[in-house]
Amino acid sequence: MSRLLRMDQTGHTVIAEWTAEDAQSTQAARLAFQEQLDQGCFAVVSEGPGRAQQVRELPLDEPVVILRRPIAGG
Amino acid sequence: MSVEASAVPRAGLPELSAVHWRQRADESTLRRAGRRWTLCTAAHVFPLVATAAVLAALNPLTIPVGLILLAHAWAIPELYAARGAKVLRRPGAQDAHAEAVALGLLGDLLDHEGRDFLTRTGLVLEQGALGVWLLAPSGALLVTPGARRVHCYCVGVSDASLPPSDRTAHLLLALREDEAGLATVANLAFAGAPWRLRRRLRGSARAGLDEAVGAGRGG
Repeated sequence: MSRLLRMDQTGHTVIAEWTAEDAQSTQAARLAFQEQLDQGCFAVVSEGPGRAQQVRELPLDEPVVILRRPIAGG
Repeated sequence: MSVEASAVPRAGLPELSAVHWRQRADESTLRRAGRRWTLCTAAHVFPLVATAAVLAALNPLTIPVGLILLAHAWAIPELYAARGAKVLRRPGAQDAHAEAVALGLLGDLLDHEGRDFLTRTGLVLEQGALGVWLLAPSGALLVTPGARRVHCYCVGVSDASLPPSDRTAHLLLALREDEAGLATVANLAFAGAPWRLRRRLRGSARAGLDEAVGAGRGG
């Protein structure tokens, strides 16, 4: 089961869960993913030690996709 | 869909568009920024010291005035270092449960050593191409190779309602996406010798800096 997580004031929230073989869950996850991107979030997948990659489409084979908000200099 | 198919080409952090006028950070821009910082500090301090010396030479009665000038010359670099130390401050969590959840996610992003360091210091230690990074909820510190200089950056996610560990996780993910991009987006708060910063840190943050400096020296 793959998960789409959004970091928020609760720690994090599971926005969607899917399995690649289940068309219904993947469709729902894609919609939720796009909705979060439209709200200004960036989606990131961890690529192992010290590396991460931003994605603009939901990678269905990834176990965890994390949504983060923009950062800026303070 | 695979990550390769859905990934954004590695053009850098999307936040870079908000600071398009800045030159992308690399070793040479960091070196220049460090030298500029040293020159700026010297430009503040030297006139005060010189004036104190000239006054004392002209008339010993002005020595008290000279001492005040020297105190200013001492205080200005200390204030800069104090500003740099603030980037490693860890604000208290408004919601303990949310912070525990956020800490779990941050721990999942780290290996065993990284989690151990996080437990001891409340900070994240990450080795990058530009040096060794220390990440906190509202800032980042870069120890350049050789550990002769540290760069303190004010940078973070603007939403204050996020638990501290989530804010650190934001910086960690951004760093892993594009290290030079993070150094470009961030605002420099201080650059100087680690010992100047160390005096302004307490407890676990000081221990964290010591380990980062050790790692920066290759130890």
